[in-house]
Amino acid sequence: MIDRYVRRRAVDTAFRAACALATILALIPLGLVLYYVTVRGIGGINLAFFTELPKPVGEEGGGMANAIVGTLKLVALACVIGIPPGVLAGVYLAEFGHNRFGQVVRFSADVMAGIPSITVGIFVYTLVVMHTKEFSAIAGGIALAVLMLPTVTRTTEELLRLVPAALHEAALGLGVPKWRATLRVVLRTAAPGIATGVMLAVARVAGETAPLLFTAFNNRFWAEGLDEPTASLPVQIYTYAVSPYEDWHRQAWAAALVLVVLVLLLNVTARFVVRHRVRLR
Amino acid sequence: MSVQTQVTLPTNFVSTEERSDPASAGSDPLNPGVEYEIETSAPTSAGIKTKAPAKMRAQDLRAYFGATEVIKGITMPVLDKKVTAIIGPSGCGKSTFIRCLNRMHEVTPGSRATGSVMLESQDIYGRDVDPVRVRRRVGMVFQKPNPFPTMSIRDNVLAGLRLNGIKVRDPDALVERCLQQVALWDEVKDSLHRSGASLSGGQQQRLCIARCLSLEPEVLLMDEPCSALDPIATARVEELIHGLRKSYTIVIVTHNMQQAARVANYTAFFYLGQLIEFNKTDVIFTRPREQRTEDYVTGRFG
Repeated sequence: MIDRYVRRRAVDTAFRAACALATILALIPLGLVLYYVTVRGIGGINLAFFTELPKPVGEEGGGMANAIVGTLKLVALACVIGIPPGVLAGVYLAEFGHNRFGQVVRFSADVMAGIPSITVGIFVYTLVVMHTKEFSAIAGGIALAVLMLPTVTRTTEELLRLVPAALHEAALGLGVPKWRATLRVVLRTAAPGIATGVMLAVARVAGETAPLLFTAFNNRFWAEGLDEPTASLPVQIYTYAVSPYEDWHRQAWAAALVLVVLVLLLNVTARFVVRHRVRLR
Repeated sequence: MSVQTQVTLPTNFVSTEERSDPASAGSDPLNPGVEYEIETSAPTSAGIKTKAPAKMRAQDLRAYFGATEVIKGITMPVLDKKVTAIIGPSGCGKSTFIRCLNRMHEVTPGSRATGSVMLESQDIYGRDVDPVRVRRRVGMVFQKPNPFPTMSIRDNVLAGLRLNGIKVRDPDALVERCLQQVALWDEVKDSLHRSGASLSGGQQQRLCIARCLSLEPEVLLMDEPCSALDPIATARVEELIHGLRKSYTIVIVTHNMQQAARVANYTAFFYLGQLIEFNKTDVIFTRPREQRTEDYVTGRFG
């Protein structure tokens, strides 16, 4: 008896140690990335970085104000274009998708989630840019929205399925039409989870470079409207990082830090807002 | 179907084909020769009259899940402003039956029902009937308390009206009245803005009943409302049913025969998707006509 107990304890300890080790291993890259980006990027952060436009080649200083605003613009556009159809498609799959068509949609979404982002860039290039004859924020927003769509759809569906059927029935039992019960009871109950899923999709898309190269392109000046080439942090980081100038490298690191912080902030605020608005004390 | 409010019971029991057959008058089509003892009145050629009018009546109701028939042709009335209990062993179709009474059965994918259920003069399975409207008239309380977790206690009570887009003139008075009706007001009046999910199971179930009552349904269906509750909470819900039966027609499904005996005026015994016996509660429990009913109520099977 004692012997088996000792053995079980030993196995337990070993497994726990292994799990802890694996967790640490998984966290190392994250920690290193954050550490390295902070160390290298913090030096390039100053007021000018946030308020000024890039200086002409050869001149020191300047900032990335246009790229920061551009990224926010592109992400906002992607949200406006991508979230409503994504959420509604998820609602469709969860509520009415128990048929052949639902299976096809679900499968397509899964396939779409695996499409390389550069392909999406080329797709939107041929679809939008070739027709408007101009790189634009709209094209960039569409590309990012297409990338978000499958994630948003599938997350919404999964989370709606987690809402107990009893709640749906309770609403139907009160004589509430199905569509209203779905929107105001089921969707609302799942809202915190869906918002988290959507935020993850947004965060992923905010750092995309490849699809923007073909759509929003880049701009060293302010983009006035949504129909001209628009700068964004990822593309700017790429452009500066491959340049031969030391000052640009410094700014690329700073931009990387800003991008990471931006995504982090987006995530934290969304979680905070959703938790406090939807959940009751 | 003809319009009948003051119903002659056996007429309602007998399906259309059998109606003209005088031999079956006054008897259960499923159990020929058995007469009902309901509100005794002189038998006529049409059968036995009852003073209690039927609020609803199922006529040859059949319900299916896919190809499986779970309700095999049930014909029975639900008497106005009375409590009707439905008892029977698990899987006998009790819950399915009451879910058919407000068209909730068909909500489950792959299920359907045939036959007719009259709500006063209207067949709720009629061609032009909107199930949503039926459910506003025939409310339902479920087995597990299911308050809306994203809504406060107050909003839960108002949910039925709000979700239906009905403006409430004096919501505070309505909330108070409904919570008073279910004897929950004193317990929650200071915490109306807390989540409905923060209440205990028994309180949640009473909240669900209040939510139902806010729509002023004509009939209240209760699907084992106490099976998830402890004895004290059960007693409170039963008291509540006693109070409600003055103004509502109630159908309650229960596994607990003592409960049926305590709360119901009439009791129906279901077995394997069929109505075995329907009668006044004391008759069912003290001198049932059917051997199977007797075996069940005395605990010999089921």
